[in-house]
Amino acid sequence: MSAPLLQLRQLTKSFGGARALRGVDFELHAGEVHALLGENGAGKSTLIKIVTGAHQPDSGSIALDGHRVGTLDPATAHALGIACIYQQPALFPALSVMENIALRLEPVSPGRRVDWRQRRDRAAALLQRLGANIQPDATVSTLSMPAQQLVEIACALGAGARILLMDEPTASLTQSEQLRLFAVIRELRRNGVGIIYISHRLEEIFSLADRVTVLRDGQSVGTHATSAIDEPALIRLMVGRELTQIYPPAGSVPGRVILAARELGHAASGVHHVSFEVRAGEVLGLAGMVGAGRTELARILFGLTPADAGEILLEGKRAAIRSPREAVAEGIGYVPEDRRRHGVILEMPVAENMTMAIHPRIFPGGWLRFGRERALALDYIRALDVKCAGPEAVGSSLSGGNQQKVSLARWLVTKPRVLILDEPTQGVDVAAKGEIHRLVRRLTQEGMAVVLISSDLTEVIGMCDRIGVMRGGTLVSILPGRTDAHAVMAAALGQGPMAGGSA
Amino acid sequence: MSRHFREISVVAALALVLIGLAFAAPGFFQPQPLLSLVTREAPTLVVASGMALVIICRQIDISVGSQFAVCGVLTGLLASLGWPVATLVPAAIAAGAVLGAVNGTLVAGLQLPSIVVTLATMVTWREALRWWRQGEFVDLPVKLQWLGLSQRTGQWLLVATALMVLVVLALGLRHLAAGRHCYAVGADAEAARLAGLRPRRVTFLAFVLVGALTGLATILNVLQSPQVDPKSGTGLELKTIAAVVVGGVSIAGGRGSLWGVFAGLLLLACVSPALTHLRVEAYWEKAIQGLIILLAVLADGVRMRKTGP
Repeated sequence: MSAPLLQLRQLTKSFGGARALRGVDFELHAGEVHALLGENGAGKSTLIKIVTGAHQPDSGSIALDGHRVGTLDPATAHALGIACIYQQPALFPALSVMENIALRLEPVSPGRRVDWRQRRDRAAALLQRLGANIQPDATVSTLSMPAQQLVEIACALGAGARILLMDEPTASLTQSEQLRLFAVIRELRRNGVGIIYISHRLEEIFSLADRVTVLRDGQSVGTHATSAIDEPALIRLMVGRELTQIYPPAGSVPGRVILAARELGHAASGVHHVSFEVRAGEVLGLAGMVGAGRTELARILFGLTPADAGEILLEGKRAAIRSPREAVAEGIGYVPEDRRRHGVILEMPVAENMTMAIHPRIFPGGWLRFGRERALALDYIRALDVKCAGPEAVGSSLSGGNQQKVSLARWLVTKPRVLILDEPTQGVDVAAKGEIHRLVRRLTQEGMAVVLISSDLTEVIGMCDRIGVMRGGTLVSILPGRTDAHAVMAAALGQGPMAGGSA
Repeated sequence: MSRHFREISVVAALALVLIGLAFAAPGFFQPQPLLSLVTREAPTLVVASGMALVIICRQIDISVGSQFAVCGVLTGLLASLGWPVATLVPAAIAAGAVLGAVNGTLVAGLQLPSIVVTLATMVTWREALRWWRQGEFVDLPVKLQWLGLSQRTGQWLLVATALMVLVVLALGLRHLAAGRHCYAVGADAEAARLAGLRPRRVTFLAFVLVGALTGLATILNVLQSPQVDPKSGTGLELKTIAAVVVGGVSIAGGRGSLWGVFAGLLLLACVSPALTHLRVEAYWEKAIQGLIILLAVLADGVRMRKTGP
């Protein structure tokens, strides 16, 4: 066989202390659809970003057609014929289709005369090659999502792309739109384009891809022809590790039901028919792939996007939660995923951050009592071992893990009945991670009900009494805690039993 | 770097200017002209306090000058109808609050950008006033000026009122939960909402408050003169925003205090009389004020780069 179109050897990449890639080998041939598969955080995005030139690897080599490429930046990648189609099309919505295509393909020189006829003809020709019924004059914002995707592909084709990366291209497509996209992909393959295809949907991988490479913890754990492997084997490859971290023992016996959801839904965020219960002293995990609707569900429970279907019951009583304020009043706390942006207010001191959600309770009459605030902050700084210069230290002076603890403390001071944690240990170092885990245990022993959203399978399995698995905006099954990682992964990918999701 | 670095540096700059003047132009420190200077700035101080609040909430209100004109004319007309001062004050405050509520509804209710909303209301109020009054001055009852007291006593009364407003607002901003909410909303409205606060309500009330304070400021203005100029308040938005920025309130919201604003206003107000006493031509005033604003913004820029946004 001739030299592969793209060959990656022993790529490594670290971000701060976190090693995203630890020596990945990967090969793509011309006229091949090569699927890339792995859990959230296995290193897929990092790999894509290195191939498109957005990130530079720390070590390892990249070769095209057998020739080694020195540094790969976005401009070089473009010139070498590498293009990427993202889940969300990256087009200029206010411009027309042909202008968008022209922006990618024409040289940048402000004084150049624009040949509109040529622009239109080229756009029409490219779109025709894809069999797309799109007018070159149409404004991009008026096009549907799949149509915009086709415009992206047209841009890539026009640029003479030989390597096309597709990151979850079917995530927001309907069945028939998917089939059309697959036809386009097969046509590209016939024309000798090499395609790196990323998807969580195993059935797509088996129907479309020639080979599949599985990434796990930043390493490639094997490349197989799709004809020579089956779904259970793929799932085993994706998960295939033992629980390495030590999790605190469960200990507490779940009490009465605190929070219950009945057929809960919010159409605009794609969540529908979610039913579950969480008991006092229990940790309910929410597992699932990115986009399965876990954060969206948390936002419904906290009133950020109030439910438009179903109901929420708190200790058996129906609760109308239309805003975060009402959620707080009902005793629900929410530590958001994006702590850097909205978990703590970076400009504000630790003490002010911690008391933010209980002003009415500790400051009757609205008159702040700084002594009381300081004492409370000191208590929680000590209890959670927050490393900071003191209650007056501003949020931005703390490390990520300590910011996370402040974000947690803000809710603990409210003594909530239910605490929703969205990726509480993401980007947190190992020591702080262990402390947060022990803290969650302690809280449940005191009778709190906890909903834990995490993409870290070992964390979900190690920490949760029961694990709800979400897929496609709904809870597809609820598994017992300390369950087998394969079962969780299979359910998240749609290979498990389609239980109705009642707990 | 201290949390109050900016406030301290404005006060230091003001002290430096005053000490410099004490040597170069001792004539600056005559009691009566100084009292007159401070009295002239009293209405501006009240409006600037409100402006600071709005900017801390990460909004801006450039319609204060037009609100000032509308409230002034209304107050003048009511006064000429014979309303006593005791009723003029709440009437002016209420009129300002209503105008502020219009801004607040558009900004907080419809989530429109405040700079555009208040630009629109600035032009609308101003033009409506011109169409209605045709530029006519409102003559005030003679006994209204200085409340019928001596000019000196009247001036002291106005200055004391303005200072009281400043102190009450400054304490409220620091010691009330509502004040804390302003900082939280200005620093990160989404985080504030996630903590159960109501950013929209806070924003709405900030606009109402700046309107009410502008209404009160017109009273402080009306009491100083025999007539109300329907063009009064022109440029008030620039004066107050300048004082707020020089005083160390972050234009990006979430930071600053009224003490700094007070010092900033005094610093800018000193420029003109200081030039007179130094025998420098008066048209340098604007240039020097501009330079002070630029220095303040530079200081903020340096601070931001050091500590991160």
